[in-house]
Amino acid sequence: MAHRLNVLVCSGASCISNDSLKVKEAMLAEIDRLGLNKEIKVIETGCMGPCQLGPVILVYPDETLYKKVQVEDVREIVEQHFLKGRPVERLMYKSPLTDELVHKSSEVDYFQKQVKIVLANCGNIDPESIEEYIAVGGYEALGKAVTEMTPDTVLNEIKISGLRGRGGGGFPTHMKWMFTKNEKSDEKYVICNADEGDPGAFMDRSVIEGDPHTLIEGMAIAGYVVGASKGYVYVRAEYPLAIERLQKAISQAKDVGFLGEKIFQSDFSFDLEVRVGAGAFVCGEETALIHSIEGKRGTPRPRPPYPSASGVWGKPTVLNNVETYANVRHIILNGGAWMAKIGTETSKGTKVFALSGTIKNTGLAEVPMGTTIRELIYDIGGGAPEGHEIKAVQLGGPSGGCVTPEYFDTPIDYESLTQLGAMMGSGGVIAMDETACMVNTAKFFLDFTCFESCGKCTPCRVGLKQMYGLLDKITKGEGEEGDIEALEKLGNTIKTTALCGLGQTAPNPVLSTIKYFRHEYEEHIHDKKCRALVCKDLISYEIDAEKCKACTLCAQKCPVDAIRGQRGVIHVIEQEKCVSCGSCYDVCPFGAVQRLSGEN
Amino acid sequence: MKRKEILRKYEAKPDNLLYILHDIQDASPYNYVTEEDMEEIADFLGLPYSKVYGTATFYSMISQKPRGKHVIRLCDSPPCHLMGSESILDILKEELGIDVGQTTPDMLFTLEITSCLGVCGVAPAMMIDEEVFGNLTPKKLRKIIKDYREGNV
Amino acid sequence: MKNLEELRKLREKAQKEIQLRSKDAKIKVVVGMGTSGIAAGAREVLKAFITEINQKNLTDVMVTQTGEKGMSSMEPIVEIHEEKKPVIIYGDMNPSKVKKVVEEHIVNGKVVEDYLISMEEK
Repeated sequence: MAHRLNVLVCSGASCISNDSLKVKEAMLAEIDRLGLNKEIKVIETGCMGPCQLGPVILVYPDETLYKKVQVEDVREIVEQHFLKGRPVERLMYKSPLTDELVHKSSEVDYFQKQVKIVLANCGNIDPESIEEYIAVGGYEALGKAVTEMTPDTVLNEIKISGLRGRGGGGFPTHMKWMFTKNEKSDEKYVICNADEGDPGAFMDRSVIEGDPHTLIEGMAIAGYVVGASKGYVYVRAEYPLAIERLQKAISQAKDVGFLGEKIFQSDFSFDLEVRVGAGAFVCGEETALIHSIEGKRGTPRPRPPYPSASGVWGKPTVLNNVETYANVRHIILNGGAWMAKIGTETSKGTKVFALSGTIKNTGLAEVPMGTTIRELIYDIGGGAPEGHEIKAVQLGGPSGGCVTPEYFDTPIDYESLTQLGAMMGSGGVIAMDETACMVNTAKFFLDFTCFESCGKCTPCRVGLKQMYGLLDKITKGEGEEGDIEALEKLGNTIKTTALCGLGQTAPNPVLSTIKYFRHEYEEHIHDKKCRALVCKDLISYEIDAEKCKACTLCAQKCPVDAIRGQRGVIHVIEQEKCVSCGSCYDVCPFGAVQRLSGEN
Repeated sequence: MKRKEILRKYEAKPDNLLYILHDIQDASPYNYVTEEDMEEIADFLGLPYSKVYGTATFYSMISQKPRGKHVIRLCDSPPCHLMGSESILDILKEELGIDVGQTTPDMLFTLEITSCLGVCGVAPAMMIDEEVFGNLTPKKLRKIIKDYREGNV
Repeated sequence: MKNLEELRKLREKAQKEIQLRSKDAKIKVVVGMGTSGIAAGAREVLKAFITEINQKNLTDVMVTQTGEKGMSSMEPIVEIHEEKKPVIIYGDMNPSKVKKVVEEHIVNGKVVEDYLISMEEK
């Protein structure tokens, strides 16, 4: 017979040391005394993690977490909670942040602040099995849309939900769909932009790899609304596993009849095809992406006309990114009003962020709009690794900008991030601690956009190169008065004159680092100092005579024989010869090699 | 002939160009597309040679010069950079004895830099052919290269 | 697929099948096989599970895969599902840790605390 309650008593080493086994024995005796043996099962488990709270007891199905339970507490728990159903609040776990009772164990740690809508299935179902997707309610939204709703009522739900594009700009999804729907044409198309090129963003890959049918279902619903019978998913070639799983999912959906002719015996037919990129970042721009789907060079063109009027093959086309489509089925199943309740005034629902860089918990986090940057990087991300401090986060990849700690309490929505000089972008969050040089980081982003510029328009092709040149000069210690101003002027000009989104946003990392870290730029230029000790040309190496054990290891490694000394004779670096390669610093087992910058 | 077989799989529509280029490159023992390949594709699709050449040269993953059996693409985007991809690159260069963009004399490896591989949570990362490796350390990297050299993959 | 009715029947059947499957198999091992997981070594972990389970002739254990949960820093991630028990999630796995998990957890029912990330309700 199944038990009504499962009581998990932690028997990790630390709880045992706090007498958890005696607590368990007392509990068994008490349960026996009240004749509850058949209803309640007591299980010894391994360590549950929060050892400082031990002995810990977890009660299922309520998920009540009791802490520091002693033998004398047992009777109260069994009588009050197990028998009468009233959890004993004085023993329950309280959140250290809010001092409120935590009622469920799943409310702790990494998942506590997360709300999983888009990622609900990722990591919970087998992505290669359409049956598992159906088992969790898959394709019900599509069925409901095509059999019980008109394109207009579906569109209206999307409108009520307040869904906005998750790929960057945040354009209202229902408007995009409406524009395409209103176009008169014999053929229309639905495209998914899965060319997730922004460094530091990987949620689209995770959704396609972990839950490909969610994307298919969202696109089919879009097709129904706008009157398209064909769709393309444009996936970058760097994601072979995503391509493989998506292709498999499409063929499964065709077999069962969720794609193809007369879906759910309606008049709606929809077919989907995967298109694979070949390593060009600019193809994430919508007009470039359309060219690439057509088998051409992936260069952008001026808009208007927008794809909604003239997209692939010159036909009306609706184009959204993966995360946007992944929201659609939830809106249809739960109603637009349900989603509109989550988030802020202007930004509804959740957003998936990808945490990377110098942060403890890297990975994906789905949070309601309006969550603060601080909650995202500290409560979920765990902050910087031990002994370090986060000095900035780069939001929105190479199109975004950096945000400094004084703004970490800003609630995340499209408008507030843009105001800070960053952007939502695709949701990449790159944390940087004091070991990151902001000038170097900006240069790094620009190196990327210079390389990826398609070369069609002059501001982007030539302007970015000029900016890169200035940054390169500054990081090499050759910066001059006026360089910062020149960077600002160039950056603002490129922003207003470049042809497409790549060029228009490429100066952002430079402009925002100048805005928040102007002092680092000035130190590089005036004091020839890189405080993060990153810019090679601004660093010198010295050996601390106190710490040096004269082992010759550094001298052996030095590629230019710049280190004098021998076994038993303290080593010295000849500054004229040194090329600041850092080999000696890396190899010294005693930490005797010091890095200096701007000191002389 | 391989090229003909590949072309036969496709409808002669211009939008199949990228797929065909990928396929022909994958079938090539040296991971590239030749001038003859591009000429024949142009004929097959009814496109001018310039269009095919223009597209093939636009995309960084399509190569016009012979490459090694295995193409190593080290991710050099900011998250990997912050986590030390530069020193990983130094070791790769040292292990393989080549620079970025070059191929080992035994035609086993080509070393390339790629934009983000989308595994920033396990940075630094690289891709060998279609396999992705993350949390790279010098030790792990040397073992991977050794495994590929000895054919243990 | 004719209508919603048919879909719902299919859904019920699928749900049952998933349950049935876990009934045959008392323990389900789920390996996170997104690219992050694979890049961190999930393939070796999956292989190790299959090898260990075959070597020990364990017939009531099923090994399957899923996508990414999002906790990249703890990849490769493995979940152990058992009926009426919380799901045990192990992180930072490798083949030698797999050996220990199979020996201690799967065979002897003792959670390997050292590798534990969390226990989740079903």
